[in-house]
Amino acid sequence: MATPAIESPRVSLEQRPDFNFIASIIEPATRVLDLGCGQGEVLAWLTEHKHVLARGVEISPSLVRKAISRGVSVYQGDIDEGLADYPDGAFDYVILSQTLQETRSPLKVVSEMLRVGNRAIISFPNFGHWNVRWSMLFTGQAPKTKLFPYDWYNSPNIHFLSIQDFESLCEEHHFPVEKRYFLSGSSPVTVLPNLMAQTAVFVLGPKQQDD
Amino acid sequence: MVVQTDIAQFDSIALDSGATLTPVEIAYETYGHLNPEKSNAILVTHAFTGDAHAAGISHDTGKPGWWDNMIGPGKAFDTDRYFVICSNVLGGCQGTTGPASINPATSKPYALSFPVITIRDMVRLQRMLVLSLGIKRLLSVAGGSMGGMQALEWAVSYPEMVLACIPVATTWRHSAQQIAFNEVGRQAIMADPDWNQGDYYESKPPARGLAVARMVGHITYMSDESMREKFGRRLREKEKFGFDFGVDFEVESYLRYRGSQFVSRFDANSYLYITKAEDYFDLANGTGALVDAFRTVQTRFLVISFTSDWLYPSYQSQEIVRVLRKLNGDVAFCDLPSNYGHDAFLVDIAEQSELVRGFLASTARTARAA
Repeated sequence: MATPAIESPRVSLEQRPDFNFIASIIEPATRVLDLGCGQGEVLAWLTEHKHVLARGVEISPSLVRKAISRGVSVYQGDIDEGLADYPDGAFDYVILSQTLQETRSPLKVVSEMLRVGNRAIISFPNFGHWNVRWSMLFTGQAPKTKLFPYDWYNSPNIHFLSIQDFESLCEEHHFPVEKRYFLSGSSPVTVLPNLMAQTAVFVLGPKQQDD
Repeated sequence: MVVQTDIAQFDSIALDSGATLTPVEIAYETYGHLNPEKSNAILVTHAFTGDAHAAGISHDTGKPGWWDNMIGPGKAFDTDRYFVICSNVLGGCQGTTGPASINPATSKPYALSFPVITIRDMVRLQRMLVLSLGIKRLLSVAGGSMGGMQALEWAVSYPEMVLACIPVATTWRHSAQQIAFNEVGRQAIMADPDWNQGDYYESKPPARGLAVARMVGHITYMSDESMREKFGRRLREKEKFGFDFGVDFEVESYLRYRGSQFVSRFDANSYLYITKAEDYFDLANGTGALVDAFRTVQTRFLVISFTSDWLYPSYQSQEIVRVLRKLNGDVAFCDLPSNYGHDAFLVDIAEQSELVRGFLASTARTARAA
């Protein structure tokens, strides 16, 4: 029925460029939901160091197994459908790390994140990076870069977006952007992020009373 | 680890049907050691035809327990850390009071005068046992199939006594298909003239009917794939068809063997009573609103299903998980890939162990921190 999920290569926490930033903004003893949580490394770290109430959703049974075996309460399910069950405001933070481009309905996912969470933390690889533009321009083929290492036919990425695209989405749909953080490798980017940053992290919220 | 079954006796138990059993006995085994705080106890609940002998080698029969690959030193239910209890269910026939037990009022077996029991009644008696052992709160209740129903019932009926619940390959209410298979089993027994309206304890038991019931059961515990792998169309000790109605195929031989073996260890009336208890099981009490059953439950859950289990299909586990998520409960869920069908919870152990071990460890950590 379901096609087997393509598993992204997993790297250790320290190597994940967005991790330090995500770890730094989450307040202790809060409620955190990690969408596409993989083996639950982030949640396990947050539980241990920030005593958060951690929950995760992951589609791959083998990753779910590893997450549960390290003691994280992870639910095997689909991000696109799975959020509907949670009540409004169930979490202080909902994290979507490097996965937005893999969801079927990114807009719905972001809206749902802000429904079930007070803040949404979303990181994604920037399709506007100069390297991607260069690759496309000079090869005339779907770009294959360090950031987007897949062939077009087996990529888990189904929606490509740049930092500018995400800014536009937030503006159009009145998602309040609280913080932005841009990275090239593990170094912060302050100038021309849409061209220079490989990874973007946005913090949306806090939610307004009237929505 | 050689283990022995103990018996606890209580003056009486009031049942859902309104009847009272006086007295009532419960057979149980324990593994590992209860710590001084009495905070490391885990109750393991057995499936339909299981018994109190869950782990170790039985002193009486020399056989390993039904979940021996999961319970023991260093195993998923690590008896170096936890005190594990398993008891035979009410209505059973392996030491706990059931239809084959002697009714003190008549000095004869109860047979069909035994009251109809429910999963909640089974759990009520288990609670009496747990309290008698001085345990006020269980670290976990865990079980597969009908054992999973009991684990869920524990969390709903006595949430303050259950820190973590592990329902495996189970459901929150019996479906039409599950009731249908149980009814075929019951009809097979009752159609056997030896059944004699349940009054057979002084003559011969309805062995043919009970064997047929068990054969049907075994089919539902396997999967198309596991049967194809295990038997295929292989013939039993012959090169060509016998052109008669003796055993031709391996699968026939297997089912006949399993059926006849079952008769020597299981009471036909217990089969009727326990399947009825399963069929009555519905955590929502007929309202369909499972969410109300779990509303006040603070228990953590690890829900496990298996991809090839068509008797207790994964969607039934997922319904439980969805409701717990709606209530913002603490729930982990995995649909483990397996070819073994419903039997997977007994035989497909490696991944299940990994889940249970990690879940119990984090539960114990949380309990210590609280």
